[in-house]
Order: sequence, then structure tokens, then C-alpha cells
Amino acid sequence: MRTNFMKILTAVAAGGLMVLGLGAGSALAKTDLLVYTAIEADELAKFKKAFESDYPDVNIKWVRDSTGIVTSKLMAEKSNPKADIVWGLAATSLMMLGNEGYFQGYAPKGVKKLGKLYYDQVNNPPQWVGQRAWIASVCFNTVEAGKYGLPLPTSWADLTKSVYKGHVIMPNPNSSGTGFLDVSSWLQLMGEDKGWKYMDALHNNIARYTHSGSKPCKLAARGEIPVGISFAYRGAKSKNKGAPIEVIAPIEGIGWDLESFAIVKNTKNLDAARKLADWSVSKKAMKIYNEEYAVVAMPGVAKPVKNFPPGILSKMIENDFAWAAKNRIRILNEWRKRYDSKSEPKKKK
Amino acid sequence: MAPAVNHAETMPGQISVGAPVKLKVSGEDWIMRGVLVAIGLYLIVAIVLPLYALLSKSFQNKDGTFIGLANFTEFFSTPALSYSVNNSLTIASISTVIVVSLAFVYAYALTRSCMPFKSLFKGVALIPILMPSLLPAISLIFMFGKQGFLRFLLFGHDIYGPIGIVMGEVIYVFPHVLMIILIAMSMSDGRLYEASESLGASKVRTFFTVTLPGIRYGLVSAGFVAFTLIITDFGVPKVVGGQYNVLATDVYKQVVGRQDFEMGAVVSMVLLIPAVIAFAADRIVQRKQIAILTARAVPYAPQPSSGFDAIMTGFCALIAVIIVGILGVALFASLVKFWPYNLSLTLGNYDFSLRDGGGWDAYANSIEMAAWTAVIGTCVVFIGAYLVEKSKGFHTGRAAMQFLAMMPMAVPGLSLGLAYIFFFNAPDNPLNFLYHTMPILVICTITHFYTVSHLTAVTALKQIDAEFESVSASLKVPFYKTFWRVTVPVCVPAILDISMYFFVNAMTTVSAVVFLYSPDTALASVAVLNMDDAGEQASAAAMGIMIVLTAGGARLLHALLTRGLARRTQAWRKR
Repeated sequence: MRTNFMKILTAVAAGGLMVLGLGAGSALAKTDLLVYTAIEADELAKFKKAFESDYPDVNIKWVRDSTGIVTSKLMAEKSNPKADIVWGLAATSLMMLGNEGYFQGYAPKGVKKLGKLYYDQVNNPPQWVGQRAWIASVCFNTVEAGKYGLPLPTSWADLTKSVYKGHVIMPNPNSSGTGFLDVSSWLQLMGEDKGWKYMDALHNNIARYTHSGSKPCKLAARGEIPVGISFAYRGAKSKNKGAPIEVIAPIEGIGWDLESFAIVKNTKNLDAARKLADWSVSKKAMKIYNEEYAVVAMPGVAKPVKNFPPGILSKMIENDFAWAAKNRIRILNEWRKRYDSKSEPKKKK
Repeated sequence: MAPAVNHAETMPGQISVGAPVKLKVSGEDWIMRGVLVAIGLYLIVAIVLPLYALLSKSFQNKDGTFIGLANFTEFFSTPALSYSVNNSLTIASISTVIVVSLAFVYAYALTRSCMPFKSLFKGVALIPILMPSLLPAISLIFMFGKQGFLRFLLFGHDIYGPIGIVMGEVIYVFPHVLMIILIAMSMSDGRLYEASESLGASKVRTFFTVTLPGIRYGLVSAGFVAFTLIITDFGVPKVVGGQYNVLATDVYKQVVGRQDFEMGAVVSMVLLIPAVIAFAADRIVQRKQIAILTARAVPYAPQPSSGFDAIMTGFCALIAVIIVGILGVALFASLVKFWPYNLSLTLGNYDFSLRDGGGWDAYANSIEMAAWTAVIGTCVVFIGAYLVEKSKGFHTGRAAMQFLAMMPMAVPGLSLGLAYIFFFNAPDNPLNFLYHTMPILVICTITHFYTVSHLTAVTALKQIDAEFESVSASLKVPFYKTFWRVTVPVCVPAILDISMYFFVNAMTTVSAVVFLYSPDTALASVAVLNMDDAGEQASAAAMGIMIVLTAGGARLLHALLTRGLARRTQAWRKR
């Protein structure tokens, strides 16, 4: 009896160890490049594959989260940065971090071929280089709107009308880059006073704020909410999948930001980081950017993307990145003070 | 406890001939004490020091200067944060009352009625244990959200907010509360009921004079456990909380959203207060519970009563349908192409590679983490409990160890996880190399679930007569042989229970590990959270289902193993 018991115990232990052993032991002589990014998860595998097929000696390891989270994570690690390169993060965030001395300049091979607006013109060599623009849009679920009798909104002002009360969701700008570019664009379009007044009015109609910038559109696509303030890529993607939504670019103009990269100052993997930087401004990379985004940093590459709102390019505001970067923290704190305390149970009448 | 007679290994000079009878400390005892101290040190590193780091951080500013209570002042003067205290207390109180009432009736039906399918009802009620608390919340959205097929039941109210949180918490803690009440109910004395009946008391009177007083401590204990679980749970409010902030989500928002670790420390200290109070109160109540059941007690045998049994069956069936429904909806949602517009079935949501959260690697990591936790945790806990119970002398050390083993119970997972960041990520900590690795997840999870496992082991060990040790010692059998040949085989059921408990909790836990995982050690339960955050609710449900299947499979294996091993090792229990 005793021996059988021991046998079973040994077998169980051995089995357990084998399972545990499977995880280990796939270490090749590649450089692991730790890349912090805010690019949507459904695109990351594609970029990794394309880059690594050109540079097989580098292994990208993504740390992905929403823009605000990646930004504050980088800030928190300032004294001891973990990332090698930040890639696909809002230019405003990179400029803010750059002002803190976070990055080292590098001119990737071919950076001159990019439009002047799309990379750092203050520092030489540039500290940050833009890849493509992501642009605000409103996702509007026509089926749900029909149920509540909601008209199709065409402007930001429309969204403050009482008919939309409780039917609008937007991302929290503290965690979401999309949320921040909305807020920053309203403040730039309307001026600070009117901008905050606008948000006060909008706040009355908001059902809730979400963590990520894509979630409002995904919720609208699923009919959880009629109106989701989000960005064009997510809207087009959901519409392509068959969601009953319209992707709208409000007439006043729409906020946007540049997905950009910057090499962290004390990276131990400078070579690999520069390889990714070089690759990221290549025509090949630009073509991949264009698969989902309508505006890329290299002129003459972009082709129209299916289901982007018509005329979206002409509605992009003249975005003052430097202003947005400088005021980012102040704006976010003000926003939190005004709207994050929506903690009392809402009395709905 | 008889002192060991072991001449060969007696330390020279320690015992003089003719001295008053004194406990001899043999070499064996030194080994046992050494191991006990080692496990004690482990617990000090794994819980005391991190908590100290958390505490001191809450009194510091960003640069690490001591600023006294300034952070706490800021906390209570920020309306958004202090609302959360109120919200947390409200939610926890309401949910506790509801869940204890429901579990009480359910337990009453299981023990005091003659309804059919009792074991089925009991089994179904335990299903929520296999889920991360995020999953019932996700299911609630599919049921009661804007597109929910049961939305009409809310009469125009919104699931996102207090209603959703309460519903989710009730489902999440139901099995925990039910088990406590069931144990209390099964300890009642049938003779009291007979006496009550023969004295002509009505059913109602018997209920209030016999049933309720008999289980009052169990009910109070259940209430405290429910309250603590709910106020420290983060999964449910994260998913369905909407704009209704509670303390647990605030900790997460401060730390992950704002990287404001100091304020995170403050909120988690505040979160610690109700947890510690509830824990202390529960301990006091537990002490009073002893010896309700005397040796002469007769188990209560319910009498069939068609009307009462039918009502009870109906009630239990309703609860069981809700629980199975929650699981079924999550399963269905995970298999549907595009809810609610295209309900054709697909396995596409199980392709996690294009989604947040770490994909199938996260699932593999979770299994690896749960396996390590089960194996190492069970060894450490069982040996620790054995030494507390069976080693000789060294009362201070054993009492200290017992205290250390009880501590983790009072610490919410979020606080523990945050404490680990402060302690292990400090650059001057020699254990810094553990940060962002698999071992730290294992250590954290073992510590998080240490207390219940410890108590299970202690209970099992208390059933073994100390005579075994004395006899072995007088036969000059070294203690480790007795341990391996007697103690371990006798305790096989408890050992399996502990490893099961560790495994299932390691699969489902979110709260502590959410602060500690790295890109290489993403976990399935955290992936559920991250996919939900990104709006990928179908895939979040799919990963949740994978966790339920794995935990359920482990449970099944556990049942088979227990049966098989019990036959081999527990035959002595029967005559």
C-alpha cells in the first residue's frame, strides 16, 4: 500500500515538473527589444512579423496599453527606464516626456522623406518621429438610434442636445489618448473657457467614461450605446465587420495626434532600437500603416481607407502639439476635478 | 506532550542530572525549530515587510520624504475619492444582507428539507468559485445591458452602477457564504428539535428559538466574510461599475491609471481598515463557536413535508438556474460572432492573438503559475502547520508562526499586490531580482491564500493523536519518517484540498497579481480584465470560460484523486 502511494505521489510530482518545464527553454541568440506602445492590439502581431522578417536578429516584446497608461508608466519609471524604445505613442506624450530628457535624438535613414510636420523640428537629430495620424470620429449606431428616435449628429454641438442624454460614451482622457486629443481639440477650437463649458454640457449627456479609446466605438458597434466618441480606425474596422454604425467626422473640426516613436536615452539595445527606427520610416512600413489609417507620415503613399468618414482629412484641426504637450497635465487634472467625481448615484428622471 | 527520549542527540551540557523535569531539546527538535523559523522568515518577507513598505509609502510624498498624514488629508478632501468610501460601504452592506439571506435559505433547504437533487443543488452553488469575479459581471452585461435579453427586469434602470455591482457581488460570494452557513447548520443538535416539538412549539417558534440561535455565530461569520470579500473585490465593479467608484477600483485607477503610487497606498490602507475589523470580529466570534456540539448530540433528520419541500425546491432551482445561466450566457457570448447582430456561432473569439491581454501565452502562464502555487504552497503550508501543531516546546516561536499564518487573511489582494511593488521593486532590496518574474507571482499568490490553507491543515493535523509522535520517538524513529509514513498519508484528503484550493484560486485571482505581472508573465485572469477594458467582451468571456474549464477540470481530477487515494490511505478510518 505504502509503495503504491509513493508511486502515485512521485508520478504526480514528475508530471507537474514536466508541465512546468515546457515553459522554459526557447532562448535563441536574439536581441530582445522592449517596446512600449499604444497601438491597438489587433495590429501588433502584423507589425512584429513584418519587422522581424526584415531584421531576424531582433525580437520585439510589446508592452501595450492605452496612451495615458503608457505615458504615466513611462513617467513613473523615469529614474530607471525599462523600455528601449517607445513606438506608436501620441506625439504630444513623447514631446512631454522629451522635455523631461527621456529620449535620445536619432535621425532614422530616410527620415527626410517624411513630411516636415511629421517629425521633431526642434531638435536635431530629431527626438521623435511620427508614423501616422489617428483621428477622432464619432461612431453612431443607426439601429439603436432608431429605437430612441435620435437624429444623426453632425457636429460636436449636436452631442450636447438633451435628446442624447445618457446615450453618449467617451473615453477618459486620463487613460486614453483618444480622449485626450478630443479634449485638447475642443479647447483649441473653442478656446479654454468655451471648451470647458462645452464639456460641462457634454458631461450631462455622458452615460460613462471608458478606459480605452476604442471601447466607445466597440460599444456603439455592439449596440450597448448609440453614440461612442472614438477614432476613425476603430469605427471603420467595426463597420467593415458588419456593425450597423455610421462613422462621423463632426463639422467643427476633429482632433488628431501622431503615432510616433522615440528611443529611450539609456537603452542597452541601441542598435536594435535604431533598426526599428529605420524600418519604421521605410516605405514598406508606411504601406502597412496605410492599411488601416488614412494619413501617414510619408507623402504620396496613403490611399483612401474603406469606411473612413468622407472629407475627414479636411476636417483635421491645425493641431498645436507643443501647446498640448506643455498643458497636458494641467488639462488632465482640470478634467479629473470636473468630471471624474461623478460618483454619486445618478438620479435619472 | 511527552518529551522526546533521544540520548544520542542530546546537546551536551544542556541538561544536568538531577535538575527538575525539564523539556529536553533534542537535535531533532532543533531541526524542526530551524524549519519553523525558516517558514516564519518566509512569511515575514512575504507579508510583514511588504505591508510595512506599503504603510510607510502612504506617509511619503513622491520623492520619498515623510509627510505624515498629508496624503490621508488629501484623500479625504478629494470628493471623488471620499465618495468611494461611502459607495464601498453601501455596496458591501446591501450585498452582504442579500447574499447572507439567500445563502441561509439555500442552506436551510439543503439541511432541513427533504427536497430532491440535494447534491446537484450543492454542486451548482459552488460553480462561481471557479470564475474570476470579472466573469459574472461580464455575463450580467450580456443579460441586462442595453442589448440584454433580460433588460426588462430592471424596469428602466441601468446595469452599470450600484445595481450591477450588487448583483455581481452576490453571485460571486454566494458559494463562500453558503459553505460557512452549511457547516453551521450541519452542527445543530436534533434533540433540541425533538424537545421543541414535544413541548408543543410551533414551527415558527422553533425556528426562532432553536434554529437561529444555533447558527448565530455561523451567520455572523458568514456576514463578515461576505463583507470583506465584497469590499475588497475589484473585478465586479471594474466591469459593471460605470461611473460608480468604489475603493477597490480607485486603488487600481490610482496605480495603473495615474501611476500615483502614494495615493494608491493611501487608498489601499483605507481598504485595509474594514478588512482588518471584519477579520478581527470574525476571529472573536469563531472562538465562541466552540463546543456547541456535544458528544451526545444527534444529527437532525428532516421529515418530509410536501408543501415546504416544494417551496424549497423551487427556491433552490431558481438560484441554481441563475448560476447556471450566468455561466451559460458567458459561454454563449464567447461563441457568438457579433453580439447582438450576428448570432451565428464561431470559435473566433478564442483566437486571443490579436487582442489585448497576452493571448494563449497568458493562459499557459496561468496554468504554470497555478501549478507552482499548488505544489510549493501545499508543501510550505502543510509543513508549517505540522510544525506549529506537532513540534515540542518553543511556544513563542509556534505562537508567532500561528499569528503570521493568520495575517494574510486580513489583507486585501490589491493592498498585497501594491505592497509587493513597493517592497520588491525597491532598488536596494536584495530580492529585487524577483520583480516582474514568475516566482513573485507564485510567492504573492501563496501568501494571499495562505491562511485558509493553513487552517485546513491545522484542522486535519489536530485529528491525529499526539501518541503517534510519542510512540515513534520512543521507538527511535526520526520524526521525518513518522511525518512521511504516518502524518502525510493520514492527511492526504486535506493535502489534496489545500492544493486544489491553491490551484483554483491561482487561476481565478486578479486583485494582487494585476500589479505584478510583466509582459512575459501575463495571466489569463488579468487578460480577461484587459480585454474587457479594450471593449473585447466576447474574448474576455472566452478567456473566462477557459479559466472555468481549467479550474473545473482540476476539481474533477481532485475528486477522482481523493476517491482513489482515500481508498488506499484512509481505509483505517473504517472498521
